[in-house]
Amino acid sequence: MPMKKIVIIDYGVGNLLSVQKGLEYAGASPIISSDSQEILEADGVILPGVGAFIDAMKKIEPMRDVIREYVNSGKPMLGICLGQQILMSQSDEGGLTEGLDIVPGRVVRFPHTDLKVPHIGWNSINIIQGHPFFEGVPDNSYVYFVHSYYVDTDTTHTLASCKYGIEFAASVINDAKNVIGTQFHPEKSGDIGLKMLKNFVGMC
Amino acid sequence: MLTKRIIPCLDVTLDESGGTVVKGVEFVDLIKAGDPVELAKRYNLQGADELVFLDITASHEGRSTMVDVIERTASEVFIPLTVGGGINSVEDVRQILRAGADKVTINTAAVKNPQLIKEASDIFGSQCIVTAIDCRRNTNIDNNQDKTILTLEDGTPAWYEVVIYGGREPTGIDAVQWAKKVEELGCGEIMLTSMDRDGTYDGFDIPITLALSEALEIPIIASGGVGNPQHMYEGFVNGKADAALAASIFHFGEYTVGDTKEYLRKKGIPVRL
Repeated sequence: MPMKKIVIIDYGVGNLLSVQKGLEYAGASPIISSDSQEILEADGVILPGVGAFIDAMKKIEPMRDVIREYVNSGKPMLGICLGQQILMSQSDEGGLTEGLDIVPGRVVRFPHTDLKVPHIGWNSINIIQGHPFFEGVPDNSYVYFVHSYYVDTDTTHTLASCKYGIEFAASVINDAKNVIGTQFHPEKSGDIGLKMLKNFVGMC
Repeated sequence: MLTKRIIPCLDVTLDESGGTVVKGVEFVDLIKAGDPVELAKRYNLQGADELVFLDITASHEGRSTMVDVIERTASEVFIPLTVGGGINSVEDVRQILRAGADKVTINTAAVKNPQLIKEASDIFGSQCIVTAIDCRRNTNIDNNQDKTILTLEDGTPAWYEVVIYGGREPTGIDAVQWAKKVEELGCGEIMLTSMDRDGTYDGFDIPITLALSEALEIPIIASGGVGNPQHMYEGFVNGKADAALAASIFHFGEYTVGDTKEYLRKKGIPVRL
């Protein structure tokens, strides 16, 4: 069987190596690209993400139609951290900003309480809906988070939740079930995260 | 529930042949004693929550070998990696993140040029910028009314002075005020080292750890002084730290990360096991 071709969309700065190595480990052949043709021909697409929402949207805006076309093809896409947030309808970060609107919902900041923000570290997730992405992942698994904003959506679009003062969407899904988002970093969540990446490659 | 993080720290330097080694490692059973990548893999297997690499050569050669160490580690170890030591510019940050690090720590360069924290966090995001603050107790409070006066364990009043260049140079800057400033500038975490405790095995410096934990909204990584798992417990409970960093107790093979976490779990501290 030929190796799955997975495109990691390059739209910013930061560490893309870990996602790339994680996918290689999961048996795929990932490339980092922002080329329309590469994206449309991919078996799977990753929307990575570190940085600020507005900057990310500015860079992703020219690719909006291509991403939309890819998603409509029914092939799988995974948005990680900020990559999950830009899947949503809109974000409060840095003033109200429109997202890709692939999953309905809104990105909001953690309220000011005694809890530290950013939410950094390993927290447990509750799996709310079965999905191939979470196959073999036990409920209450620990995964690595680092974020100050979270996704607020309905339970229909929530695959897994996490508690940090409030309960938020640790993982989201679109209506067609081919676009997944994770607020945590599977590529930084040890063996359990690699399992999810393997599951994702299996979906491609 | 969010767990408390246990972070082994690897001080990376060069040996005579220019190879990378971790300072102070005394495992007997390691094939290549002190190899940073092998150590990183070992600590990952033991259940480390993150790893910190500090480039203590602070030289040009040190930097390029560090990039190689990070690339090799990030290819095999899938937990967060933080890199510090000699990071002076946005370009340095970019190079280190591109090599596969998730965060960088900035220390002396931030004191010299606080705007570096703002620039770097604007470009790369707050989540990857950690300010490392080294400080030392200063009991001269008479001429320092503008400082944050804390009470030491024996009741003595003192303020904590930021020190740079590995503790060699005092700055006259108040550590609590400095931490608040870098938080405003956009850094996402503080790595706090008390030079009074570093290398002592007497435990974390609780007064300054608690003061920063309570004054700031961002998480505090306590560092310097850990001699046993009980000290970690005290750092979390008495110092309200979010994460605990240690080097020697793990490098000497005296305690594993797993032993430490098991101890903490029994004492009611949430840890990832």
